[in-house]
Amino acid sequence: MPPRILEVRTRILKKNDEIARALRSRFEQHGVYVVNVVSSPGAGKTELLTRVMGALRDRGLTVAAVVGDLATENDAARLARSGCPAKQILTGTMCHLEADMVEHAIADFDLHELDVLFIENVGNLVCPQGFDLGEDLRILLFPSTEGEDKPLKYPTLINTCDLVVLSKMDLAEPVGFDVRSARANCETARPGVPIIETSARTGRGTADVVAFLADRIDAKRDTPAERTA
Amino acid sequence: MHELSIATSLVSLVDDALESAGEAGTVEAVRVKVGALSGVVVEALEFAWGVAVEGTRCEGARLEVERVPAVVRCGECGAETTLDHPPVFACGSCGRPASEVISGRELDLIALELEQTQATADPAPEDHHAAPNP
Ligand SMILES: Nc1nc2c(ncn2[C@@H]2O[C@H](COP(=O)(O)OP(=O)(O)OP(=O)(O)O)[C@@H](O)[C@H]2O)c(=O)[nH]1
Ligand SMILES: [Mg+2]
Ligand SMILES: [Zn+2]
Repeated sequence: MPPRILEVRTRILKKNDEIARALRSRFEQHGVYVVNVVSSPGAGKTELLTRVMGALRDRGLTVAAVVGDLATENDAARLARSGCPAKQILTGTMCHLEADMVEHAIADFDLHELDVLFIENVGNLVCPQGFDLGEDLRILLFPSTEGEDKPLKYPTLINTCDLVVLSKMDLAEPVGFDVRSARANCETARPGVPIIETSARTGRGTADVVAFLADRIDAKRDTPAERTA
Repeated sequence: MHELSIATSLVSLVDDALESAGEAGTVEAVRVKVGALSGVVVEALEFAWGVAVEGTRCEGARLEVERVPAVVRCGECGAETTLDHPPVFACGSCGRPASEVISGRELDLIALELEQTQATADPAPEDHHAAPNP
């Protein structure tokens, strides 16, 4: 006898997708621009965000952050040095953030007051990929210290990203980082992706990231109803 | 290991599907599609499945994975190219960068295989009393 088949046909991450969609429409409604920041552990997400958030705040925007961390609250404390509120999401053993975690974390933010929300994901180059958090933009950091072939080793994550930041560029020379081949490798995995080189030590590139984000934020404001996910 | 979180979602989707179909039977297999760009490692998902099904209606059910290759369409010449591992997002025909992914992101529950029961062949009235709704 052939087996009885019950057809289902649904995305396995349907629940996460639904929560993300609801978040996105809330963000839309309140005019909040949302950025999901991913990288391997220690690539410089917190350093970069602390600077970028401070700079956006100086431009008169209201900025906040939520940050996923396995065990500590250190990153939220560091991000708060930008002068913007930052909230830790303790993820325990979780290797990525999911939409419901963001939903809980922002429960006591006044979205109406907010212009930009940064979500610092858990340091991981694989797991965050399939989990939509309702973001407008996904930034991926590759530090010079991890070598120029990282984009080739993690093509599926980079393929979902809207901006690549080559971080820790002050260390590029000492570690022999070949920036041209790193750029070419990014292009291979994500043709046309914008790439910005930064250093949290020298401050290089922060202004470019800020300008990039400011452009995107303005563009979204000018076309409020356009994005439907 | 986000595969555990994915396997757990899968088990709960199966539960929902069984419930909405009013199925009381045993699940023999769960058919899924996993794309090459989904970020899911099939072996890790299979391992996680073994853990996630414990004590659920999926316990003992096989996980049948159909792997879907990554395919991109060229914006210039329109050719479709199946990508290798690791994927190089370029057109196999004209060589230009190709970023439009037309398949490979799938992470889908497709269908359940259910045990052939006596009840389906010939529904007996007492079956309704055998599994009362809580
Ligand atoms: N030399 C140099 N060091 C940096 C730079 N950016 C970050 N670091 C250092 O790298 C380490 C990790 O930086 P973080 O900003 O904490 O990295 P992260 O990605 O937030 O790390 P996790 O949240 O733990 O994944 C810290 O010791 C930073 O001081 C940089 O541009 N240059
Ligand atoms: Mg951090
Ligand atoms: Zn072509």
